Amino acid sequence: MIEAIRDAMDVCMERDDDVVVFGEDVGFFGGVFRCTAGLQKKYGPSRCFDTPISEAGIVGAAIGMAAYGLRPCVEIQFADYVYPAYDQIVSEAARIRYRSNGQFTASMVVRMPTGGGIFGGQTHSQSPEALFTHVSGLKTVVPSNPFDAKGLLIAAIEDDDPVIFLEPKRLYNGPFDGYHDRPVKPWSQSDLGEVPDGHFTVPLGQAKIVREGTAVTMLSYGTMVHVSLAAAEAAGVDAEIIDLRTLVPLDLDAVRRSVLKTGRCIVVHEATLTSGFGAELTALVQEECFFHLEAPVRRVAGWDTPYPHAQEWDYFPGPDRIGRALQEVLEV
Amino acid sequence: MSEEIGTETAPADPLSLHVPEPAVRPGDTPDFSTVRIARAGEVPRPPVDVPPDDIRDLAFSIIRVLNRDAVAVGPWAGLLSADELRDGLRHMMTLRAFDARMMIAQRQGKTSFYMQNLGEEAIACAFQKALEPGDMNFPTYRQAGLLIAAGYPLVDMMNQIYSNERDPLKGRQLPIMYSSRDHGFFSISGNLATQFIQAVGWGMASAIKGDRKISAGWIGDGSTAESDFHAGLVFASTYKAPVVLNIVNNQWAISTFQGIARGGSGTFAARGLGFGIPSLRVDGNDYLAVYAVARWAIERARRNLGPTLIEHVTYRVGAHSTSDDPSAYRPKTESDAWPLGDPVLRLKNHLIELDEWSEERHTQAEAEIRDEIITAQKEAETHGTLHSGQHPSVRDMFEGVYAEMPPHLRRQRQQAGY
Repeated sequence: MIEAIRDAMDVCMERDDDVVVFGEDVGFFGGVFRCTAGLQKKYGPSRCFDTPISEAGIVGAAIGMAAYGLRPCVEIQFADYVYPAYDQIVSEAARIRYRSNGQFTASMVVRMPTGGGIFGGQTHSQSPEALFTHVSGLKTVVPSNPFDAKGLLIAAIEDDDPVIFLEPKRLYNGPFDGYHDRPVKPWSQSDLGEVPDGHFTVPLGQAKIVREGTAVTMLSYGTMVHVSLAAAEAAGVDAEIIDLRTLVPLDLDAVRRSVLKTGRCIVVHEATLTSGFGAELTALVQEECFFHLEAPVRRVAGWDTPYPHAQEWDYFPGPDRIGRALQEVLEV
Repeated sequence: MSEEIGTETAPADPLSLHVPEPAVRPGDTPDFSTVRIARAGEVPRPPVDVPPDDIRDLAFSIIRVLNRDAVAVGPWAGLLSADELRDGLRHMMTLRAFDARMMIAQRQGKTSFYMQNLGEEAIACAFQKALEPGDMNFPTYRQAGLLIAAGYPLVDMMNQIYSNERDPLKGRQLPIMYSSRDHGFFSISGNLATQFIQAVGWGMASAIKGDRKISAGWIGDGSTAESDFHAGLVFASTYKAPVVLNIVNNQWAISTFQGIARGGSGTFAARGLGFGIPSLRVDGNDYLAVYAVARWAIERARRNLGPTLIEHVTYRVGAHSTSDDPSAYRPKTESDAWPLGDPVLRLKNHLIELDEWSEERHTQAEAEIRDEIITAQKEAETHGTLHSGQHPSVRDMFEGVYAEMPPHLRRQRQQAGY
């Protein structure tokens, strides 16, 4: 998936001189996760460069550049470090088009590794997507595989609005089904690891059904798509699993169609439960599908604690927790 | 030395917190005796490619051109023709009269809020004249002079203030939070300091593209405490961005005196020295000095010599906004005691001293400007004011959040009945 993300930026930089890439350790070294490796060498230091450790500076400078007419694609080293840039994202990038009546826009992407499962403790494991989905003017994207990562990132860079692009870091090197004690499978052994060369997009705002089923709808994104698949399989449940891919704008039609068909729904995300994006999904499902529901909508999420280090796998909403939720929803 | 400290036996006093206080408060006699002010013409004008280390003292002095006798003196003088000076005077007079008119309009309930530029007119009006078309300001809320000096129509400013049907920003922004790309005026945020680093990014973009445009960031004395200020300085310093970074030190951040943000630093300009950025202080009430320093800094940026930090030393004569009363936190007569005088009066006296202006012409200009503003106001009010007449539609409220309206906003617009 790292190669797919790098390839997306490479394709965009090749096609459009206005695309610039920068962030902490992003230039010469190519990023702590290697997502920008080789870009500085290929495009020169004025289009791919290292920055001071200042997230507000990175995003603030990117906003100025976007106002100029560039298309910055910046990296925040970990999503956990984005908060110093939050004011620039929320008060500035998200609102510039609106408040200037279109005189200035912020066509830019803020990439950041998200989620846990790598023993990163509380400062390298968070999933802050709900902090962005709550903000009007932003788009929020979470890919779950290399093909989508490349197609969504190209679409995000070409988009005329600011896009928050959350990359589940546990998926960087292979799909992860939540069974942390089993050997890691690389993307090369998965169909989803097949990524076409060159330019293609996965449009923002389109969900994908990754498993068709009739018993229950499972709404998920990022790492938890794979964990949901494993959980449904382990539980022997004929679940319909939807990878939302883009949280805002949301593919509500896909959600509605599926829940109207199955009559049951669970939402799975790694982020903390309270006021998480699952709350929004649950509210929408009851608004749109209430009279077709056979059971209350259930959420499976991270506990409302900071992301712990030693207790990572008790915190992580793994296949067992999802399996229990499936059972509860199906028993009603 | 360390042994001596180690053998100290007297117990230290308990710790106590230092909270700076202004020299005077309401009821006291205004006192600016601690404000050290250089004589006009005293500060040298270095070449634009001077090594920053050679001009560190400019961060602690004040560059001034107009002396007490309204004569332009010293190495920073002599850049502006009489016509240009008259233009400058007219811009400042227009801004002042515009402010007065809009303050009344706000009290009459024609808008919700207003912020005036009283006493600070020279800074934005003079700075704008040193820029070229295509350059971009990233202003705060007290640089309306940039727009006036750039020829932005007064009626459009009023339409924005009234949030009426012709409001260029469709009623989405607080009054005076203007935006005009064509006039080199970036959308005002209302959140403080955020635009400072954006100005640096804009300048970096010009350099990345190999263009010739430069940018100007603006910030107040109080907001220099924000982290965005420091982000702006470090990015400007690291990438030698073609940007002029302006601090307008008007002594007051709402009710908080400048010492709270400045802390132990000698001056705000001195903040730039640690970043290796040439840092100058200028008499912000001296149109000629502001213009000269702006020209110097803009030339540096244009010649790819990197950023310059300018502290414009001035005094906020009016309230912060229509929502506060300065007599609650500073002596009522403090502005009269401000040692740098009034920018309009100083330029007027200079032009008279040059024999290029007179009391009669000044009175006549005041009348012309008043007429111009009243005409603009009448026209703006035919398009509505905040609580009467025509307004941007509710439908407009849902437009422009994104380039294309996403489905959830379309649903909400329908729910709102549009």
